[in-house]
Amino acid sequence: MDSPEKLEEFQQRIDNGEKIEPKDWMPERYRKQLIRIMSQHAHSEIVGMLPEGNWITRAPSLKRKMVLLAKVQDEAGHGLYLYSGTETLGVKRQDLVEDYLYGNAKYSSIFNYPTLTYADICVIGWLVDGAAIVNQTMLAKSSYGPYSRANVRICKEESFHKKQGYEMLAKMADGTPEQQKMAQDAVNRWWWPTLMMFGPHDTDSPNSAELIKWGVKTKTNDELRQHFVDRMVMEAEAIGIELPDPDLTYNEETGHWEFGDIPWDEFWSVVKGDGPMNRERMKARRKAYEEGEWVREAAKEYARKKRLQDEKAS
Amino acid sequence: MTKNSSENTEWPLWEVFYQPKDGKPFEHAGSVHAPDAELALQNARDTYARRNEGIAFWVVPSDQIVASSPEDQGPFFDPANDKPYRHPQFYSVPRAVKKRK
Amino acid sequence: MSTFDTIPKTKQEALVETLLRLADDRLILGHRISEWAGHGPELEEDLALANIALDMIGHASALYTYAAELEGKADEDHYAYFRDDIDFKNIALCELPRGDFAFTIARIFLFSTFSYFLYQKLIDIVEDEQFNGMLQKHFKEIKYHLRHSREWVLRLGDGTDESHQRAQDAFNEIWMYTGELFNLDEVDQVAIQKNLFVDTLDFREEWEKLVVDTLEEATLNVPDMEQYMFSGSRQGRHTEHLGRLLAEMQFLRRSYPDAEWK
Repeated sequence: MDSPEKLEEFQQRIDNGEKIEPKDWMPERYRKQLIRIMSQHAHSEIVGMLPEGNWITRAPSLKRKMVLLAKVQDEAGHGLYLYSGTETLGVKRQDLVEDYLYGNAKYSSIFNYPTLTYADICVIGWLVDGAAIVNQTMLAKSSYGPYSRANVRICKEESFHKKQGYEMLAKMADGTPEQQKMAQDAVNRWWWPTLMMFGPHDTDSPNSAELIKWGVKTKTNDELRQHFVDRMVMEAEAIGIELPDPDLTYNEETGHWEFGDIPWDEFWSVVKGDGPMNRERMKARRKAYEEGEWVREAAKEYARKKRLQDEKAS
Repeated sequence: MTKNSSENTEWPLWEVFYQPKDGKPFEHAGSVHAPDAELALQNARDTYARRNEGIAFWVVPSDQIVASSPEDQGPFFDPANDKPYRHPQFYSVPRAVKKRK
Repeated sequence: MSTFDTIPKTKQEALVETLLRLADDRLILGHRISEWAGHGPELEEDLALANIALDMIGHASALYTYAAELEGKADEDHYAYFRDDIDFKNIALCELPRGDFAFTIARIFLFSTFSYFLYQKLIDIVEDEQFNGMLQKHFKEIKYHLRHSREWVLRLGDGTDESHQRAQDAFNEIWMYTGELFNLDEVDQVAIQKNLFVDTLDFREEWEKLVVDTLEEATLNVPDMEQYMFSGSRQGRHTEHLGRLLAEMQFLRRSYPDAEWK
């Protein structure tokens, strides 16, 4: 058990804004929570490669093809940084991966929606990466050193993701009637799921208070969501895109945009596995993992043989 | 549905250090998994130099890193605090020499 | 020669043809490798394959851009999106379906080995500065593709029984498509005369030596060199796979050709 003195001392360090490093003492529950949210974050990056990867071979220009491929590759990189960070807590990457492929570990539900037209790629860049940046900018200040550093690196790379999406969406919104239709349709489909990315309302988010107390997060789900909505309303207007919420109104007093009810039933249903693409996403990831097994084994076996040869030679 | 990872196919972990520019000291970048040193170097390049962040790499098996522990913090680093003579600011230099810099 | 082709007469026509042949190989193979994104055997290798695909598509794009400048076409996309399969000059090796990881590695290895020698020789003789500059820049990346794929050939060949078998199957299957690397047609001959291309047979032995040495080190058998070799792709006589690849690649751009997509 964690002694009250140790807990007190730990809390003091957090409150002083100190970073916690892998070898430092930490409450068992802090470690568990970190493993949970860091690996979820990592899984999300990896599953997130699939909906966008869906358009690499069909991107409408060579420039957009390279941009998209580089972006999907960055997501592999981000997943890797985050798994690296999680591994400092004494867990193995393979175990974490198997936890989401075959167990109960979660990833962001946003990736359980399909990318139907190329405009979806632009909207993912603008909205989904936009939301991710809001979240990750906060996480870059996280109390756990390796998590904070991983997010600093991710944020540096992520701003390109959002910009390329917003830029292309602006072109489509200002393009031919077909492009405009695709752009608006994609925004209509992705808007609400994106708002859900910030997680349940603070009142329904059991982990939030604890994560904030420990400095893993510094803002609540609702604060982050509000910050995001305020920004997006402005950006949507700038490119002539309508947000699919008739209740959006500006509140002069608070200086914030108020928005309609988020369809939480849908959120919980997708989280529990019943979304349009949950099963397909998992199937694709399991297939890659299982078909990769012989490759991973081969390289290990080769390394083992070489080591034996070297030992014999010396 | 359930897969048991009794068959461990995970590659060992390597710590990656990169040199951002010629003449600069190496910095810790993160880690990669790789079956051996050659692929560790290649994986480091493919992961941590996608935007030319580094011009050279070191890779070290993670289990070979020896780190000081938090309890060492006092004995390891405090003694240096009262050795101001190790720092150049400790010494005064005649004004004429300072100007020439 | 295909029915519609004419032999280039001017130096510029020969240059355009050479650029397009190099570019088509790289676009089509890069496209195939890009199909791995999100499906690689390990996270690190997903990143590595994406880098190789990005390099190849980037090389193609630069070469097309130069050709477009010379021919007065709109841009690089003209060649990638608005030509049909019989117009594409890539060799069949590049268009074959993705295959498993062993096939992917075997293909990148054979192609990069060839590109390595080709670019090395081209850099020596090409006088056109812009073209030569590209060759030099791309050569650095080709060296890495060669290194990465060669290391993997060794690991797969001399790894487990399964990886050995898969690697052997991959080389056996792909071998009949390597003949085209060294086929020279009249277009190439004109380019060679004008110092825009080299006689690939001049480095065939070097290529073979590097391939054979690597396969032997990987404990793999060298496939029968005298077997039937596929040919005709440089003249637009492709396998059935290219048509489907292009259908996928080009559909959106061709559906709305007047829209802005860059």
